[in-house]
Amino acid sequence: MRALAEFVQRAACVVRRVIGAPDYDSYLAHVARRHPGCRPLSRDEFARDALARRYDRPGSRCC
Amino acid sequence: MSTSIVPARPGMRVVSAVGWLLVAFAGAGALGVLALRRGENVSAAWLLVAALCTYAIGYRFYSAFLAARLFALDDARATPAERLNDGHDFVPTNRWIVFGHHFAAIAGPGPLVGPTLAAQFGYLPGVLWIVIGVVLGGAVQDMVILCASTRRDGKSLGQMAKEEIGPVAGFTALVAVLGIMVVLIAVLGLVVVNALKSSPWGTVTIGLTIPIAMIMGFYMRWLRPGRVLEASAIGLVLLVVALYAGRWVAEQPALAATFTLSGKTLAILIMVYGFAASVLPVWMLLAPRDYLSAFVKIGVVLALAIGILITLPPLQMPALTRFTDGTGPIFAGALFPFAFITIACGSISGFHALIASGTTPKLLERERDARLIGYGAMLMESFVAVMALIAACAITPGVYFAINAPAAALGPTAQTAATAIANWGFVVTPAELEQLARDVGESSLLSRTGGAPSLAVGMAHLFSRALGGSAAMALWYHFAIMFEALFILTTLDAGTRVGRFMLQDLGRHVWPAFGRTGWMPAVLISSAMIVAMWGHFLWQGVIDPLGGINSLWPLFGISNQLLAAVALCVATTVIIKMGKARHAWVTLLPLAWLVVVTMTAGATKLFSPQPKLGFLAQARALQAAQAAGTLPPGVKSAGDLAQMIANNYLDAAVAAFFLLSVIVILLDSAREWVAVVSGAKAARSTEVPFQPRVFAAGD
Repeated sequence: MRALAEFVQRAACVVRRVIGAPDYDSYLAHVARRHPGCRPLSRDEFARDALARRYDRPGSRCC
Repeated sequence: MSTSIVPARPGMRVVSAVGWLLVAFAGAGALGVLALRRGENVSAAWLLVAALCTYAIGYRFYSAFLAARLFALDDARATPAERLNDGHDFVPTNRWIVFGHHFAAIAGPGPLVGPTLAAQFGYLPGVLWIVIGVVLGGAVQDMVILCASTRRDGKSLGQMAKEEIGPVAGFTALVAVLGIMVVLIAVLGLVVVNALKSSPWGTVTIGLTIPIAMIMGFYMRWLRPGRVLEASAIGLVLLVVALYAGRWVAEQPALAATFTLSGKTLAILIMVYGFAASVLPVWMLLAPRDYLSAFVKIGVVLALAIGILITLPPLQMPALTRFTDGTGPIFAGALFPFAFITIACGSISGFHALIASGTTPKLLERERDARLIGYGAMLMESFVAVMALIAACAITPGVYFAINAPAAALGPTAQTAATAIANWGFVVTPAELEQLARDVGESSLLSRTGGAPSLAVGMAHLFSRALGGSAAMALWYHFAIMFEALFILTTLDAGTRVGRFMLQDLGRHVWPAFGRTGWMPAVLISSAMIVAMWGHFLWQGVIDPLGGINSLWPLFGISNQLLAAVALCVATTVIIKMGKARHAWVTLLPLAWLVVVTMTAGATKLFSPQPKLGFLAQARALQAAQAAGTLPPGVKSAGDLAQMIANNYLDAAVAAFFLLSVIVILLDSAREWVAVVSGAKAARSTEVPFQPRVFAAGD
């Protein structure tokens, strides 16, 4: 059962990154590893920030 | 540097060599069958074998050569994702995830529509250009630009053009990208209009995708922030509901009449939608649509592959049709050069250079991943184009031409269409055409130009043969229309927004406040400007009695190949400055071909004396009709006639601008190449210096 839940978690992470959705868990891991002691953005703040970055520059879309 | 990490034992080497020889023979044999078999239907299996074997050879040998000899890609070298890791943009990511992400970003409606239209020449020109073009051109462009950008901290194509070639080329590239965006959005908008025209089922289903996206957006913003997968699951279920809701509406006569819209009404609705998407916050419409469309895109590509593999349909279209001489009804112009600009995405697409120098280089975990992602993902897109070609050639040619030829060529009824098609040498009865329209739940399929409806008919054939039988044809047809429109509209709305940013960026040099992306008046004005620009071309396409695709698609093809020429100029410059001038033929070869193709096509569209082909000749012919006080066939009013004349001059001006841009960038690049190769200028690479890779695990 735990193995299944873990598999679903990992699959969800892959799918999120493939469709270009922000992946909050990897971000938390990144902050913990690279900037220990820093307060990470909340899930909500992170989601807003990711959207703003994704759509504010040209060249993100194709024919 | 060797391409394989572990040196192979001699015995293994022989086995491997024999294996690859077999692949080469299989591919060459399949191409031979496709080219030489006449008078009987060829199975799609030959096409698949030819494509897959060519891809395998290209990937195994050519991309390995590019990786090892050209760039000397080195896994010990830290990528920008590692050096600049910020947890947001720069994130070292597993290569298969980057592959999926990159593929979802480069694949759009282009590889589906182009091959469908080019099938008017028969299947052979399309398959040869798709398969050879990608291995020597498109995949090379994507991979080289990806490598160049990765070695420069993920710089964009525009920045690289400016820094590597010079400010003139940089600025020209910037303006050209904006121009291409406008033409691309207009032509895609036209494809949607033609697919939804007088189709209440399609209109309702597509219309419902807008509130569905808003529900998803609201869910992700306020109910469960950032839970993209949950929202997407809800969205996918609602899409199926929308499919059935569309059918229900189409079955209620009163409601169906309300949603039976003309081309003009649909064009206005699409412009309003584009404006709204550009002005509204992204979480409300753009982002949820994007996620939904990424799912649908990958799902449909897989479904199409499975459908084709299960049924392996015979190709009904001949290898070559009589229209190679330029008299084709779908678009005017002979095989050379028009097959090569009609199919852009799938062989080589300049737009990919924007993606390969955008998000993707910031995700690479190891340098050598660029081979799988740059070269491999483009092969995958090429395969999508091959499948679209199969779907178009698997329906009978009579039906194919009935759907794709404009009303001016077919006349108003199934009877006149059957007669016209018989004159072209293909057989279809009026009863067959009417029965097919009934099967897919539409009132008529005649002159539904743009490629989307005929691809949907092809897919409905494949899917219903594999699953559900003919009773499911109508559902499959509208499912296909829904997914095509879904991801066309995703390109259209995001493109409008991107165009708005580009316009604001250009405009701030004149009026600084105009460049503030958060200031409402500037947002409204720039959005209105960009919508007016593509809206004008869309409107022109809608009122054109020749169907619009006829004039707009070649313009799009020329512009896309122009962007590819820019990318290849940048790539060549990078290669020469890297001190690898002896390998510069890698990009010079496709560049030379593209310059010849775009120049010939552009000059033909401008100066051909045939009114069907040349913009200026058509303008003059229409002016003659205006002076004589008559209306050419299909033109509804004197006002429309006057607008058509103006449009032809505008199209001519746009084509001239694209040609001029190619010349400017090419000359500017050549000047730089000569300076470096002759030694007048030192060959100094602008790569970020080598830094060793530190940690092994992905973040």
